[in-house]
Amino acid sequence: MKSLGSIRRDFAPWNDPNAKPYIQFDNVTKKFGDFTAVNNLSLTIFEREFFALLGASGCGKSTLLRMLAGFEEPTAGRILLDGQDLRGIPPYRRPVNMMFQSYALFPHMTVENNIAFGLKQDGMPKPEIAARVGEMLKLVKLEQFAKRKPHQLSGGQRQRVALARSVAKRPKVLLLDEPLGALDKKLREETQFELMDLQQSLGLTFVVVTHDQEEAMTMADRIAIIDKGEVMQVATPAEVYEAPGSRFVAGFVGNVNMFEGKIARGDAGAASIDTGNGITIRTENAGDAAIGAAVAFAIRPEKIKVSSKKPDGAVNAIEGEVYDIAYLGDMTVYHVRLDDGHVVRASTMNAARITEDPLSWNDRAWVSFRPDAGVVLTR
Amino acid sequence: MSNAAVTAATTSSAADAGKSALARLGEAFVGRLVIIIPYLWLVFFFLIPFVIVFKISLSQTAIAIPPYTPVLGFGDGLSGLLDQLKQLSIDNYTWLTQDALYVNAYVTSVIVAAISTVLTLLVGYPIAYGMARAPATLRPTLLMLVILPFWTSFLIRVYAWIGILKPEGLLNQLLLASGVINQPLIILNTYTAIFIGIVYSYLPFMVLPLYSALEKMDYSLIEAAKDLGCPPTSAFWKITFPLSLPGVIAGCLLVFIPAVGEFVIPDLLGGSQTLMIGKTLWNEFFANRDWPVSSAVAVILLLLLIVPIMLFQRAQARAQEQDK
Repeated sequence: MKSLGSIRRDFAPWNDPNAKPYIQFDNVTKKFGDFTAVNNLSLTIFEREFFALLGASGCGKSTLLRMLAGFEEPTAGRILLDGQDLRGIPPYRRPVNMMFQSYALFPHMTVENNIAFGLKQDGMPKPEIAARVGEMLKLVKLEQFAKRKPHQLSGGQRQRVALARSVAKRPKVLLLDEPLGALDKKLREETQFELMDLQQSLGLTFVVVTHDQEEAMTMADRIAIIDKGEVMQVATPAEVYEAPGSRFVAGFVGNVNMFEGKIARGDAGAASIDTGNGITIRTENAGDAAIGAAVAFAIRPEKIKVSSKKPDGAVNAIEGEVYDIAYLGDMTVYHVRLDDGHVVRASTMNAARITEDPLSWNDRAWVSFRPDAGVVLTR
Repeated sequence: MSNAAVTAATTSSAADAGKSALARLGEAFVGRLVIIIPYLWLVFFFLIPFVIVFKISLSQTAIAIPPYTPVLGFGDGLSGLLDQLKQLSIDNYTWLTQDALYVNAYVTSVIVAAISTVLTLLVGYPIAYGMARAPATLRPTLLMLVILPFWTSFLIRVYAWIGILKPEGLLNQLLLASGVINQPLIILNTYTAIFIGIVYSYLPFMVLPLYSALEKMDYSLIEAAKDLGCPPTSAFWKITFPLSLPGVIAGCLLVFIPAVGEFVIPDLLGGSQTLMIGKTLWNEFFANRDWPVSSAVAVILLLLLIVPIMLFQRAQARAQEQDK
């Protein structure tokens, strides 16, 4: 079976027309004075989904989360959770919990009291609270830190306490505001997988806000890319990467080479794009772009091959000069300056330890790619 | 990375070694000097005067200049000094316990100060809370307004309250004119007037530490509490108030300690019917010219205040530890 990207998961309620949406943003607008943080945005999230809101800082993604938590009310539009309109319901009566970017641990309470806080609010009987707190501590592997105060913990431990506290009440939805933002790179990568496991084992719906596209790609079932308070695209990580819907999304997620041009000739999805510099690109992914339409051809670096000789039978092969090489161990990144001045980024996996005929700076080289390797963007 | 750290450490120790021994000695001296100055201040302006007061409190009143005996000195040689020391006695302290006036004055002072402190806290907390939650641009102005009364003399401000509180004063005129009361309220020369005076005068000392405690509190803690199912009032008592406790303690002690020994406010607003230790002290000293007894009153007052002062210092030390 052919699929976008290299993974396939059976969980895909968004493709099922009968699936009931769990969280619905319905034409939601939020204004702070003159500033429009969220602009007439609609979004659907399904039960048990790991959903990521991805965008640069100030794009309105945190505002979306805060509206869901109840700290802000939409200026217009409505937010539904499991069919219920959330308007007017204060944060302390919503069946959602949030993990704060700053963790917001209560400094005057021990770890176990922090975790028990929400349970005590619900009037849960004491033995049950103790059992649940123990369970949570075990889940985040902090059993021996139960009596510590937050200031006696490391950053990673605090993050886990915040997580334990926010899932202790078994909320319908867990909101995570930049949950890994304060951790160092290595810890962040480990924690990403732990969060995914946790979401799977508890069967909760997670909505995570992040500005880190790698984090969103790793963890989420689907990603909504937000820019200036509007949704640019909602899709699985593979779709976002392999089939971006616009120039913005293609440029925002991962590295991309972009060729602006006009559709010169086309039939049944295949087309030639004339970039106006004597370079013509043939692609099979033109979609329904009309002849003469101004489009961008976007292609990811790893889908471009660099070689010293023109490859035999290549549909797209352009000559240039090696301008920069970055050896990263697992792969090598080449910057090739084409003869029209355009710089193309190409990356090659270093599958073998020993390379025959390696390229060097200022060598003449050919960049080539298959006709199905890139996408045509009309927006 | 660890390599870089090691290199950095070696470089800095090399730099230390490079510094001349003399320069380091000089630095150490300056460091000591900075500590010595406040200690010298305390020795000259607190410890020595206290020792003098303490000595007077062990003396007997006399019609002389100074009005007590013995006057310590080396006029009669060392044996003379020893003779003089033998004349010292704790008679005055025994006297304080025998006359109910003093015990009553101490107890009343502590009660009045305690009630005033609670009232000041009740008035000051909402003010400090409002300031801490005000837009950041507005806060310096609000802070300025709290400190503004200090620009006028304390004495004048207390006098002004006489004009407000007296039977034919502003307050009564206002209430009579608006028909709330038919007869003027008697507030001046009662304990109520003292409470009003203390709350008014010491409010900034309550508001400022409360404000500094509330202002540095992370508002996301309140949001977290709400998020976990805590209604706003409950969030205040469970999160905001416990976290502002260092400020509450500091504010209460800053009000309570000076209020116990307060003289001007009870004298001007409390009239002759009210009894407070500051006034008693003043009477002993200036009306009776009984320096030894008034010194004994002062020494006991100091001992009475040392307990809350020590509590204050411990609370501060704990708060500092928590900040780390």
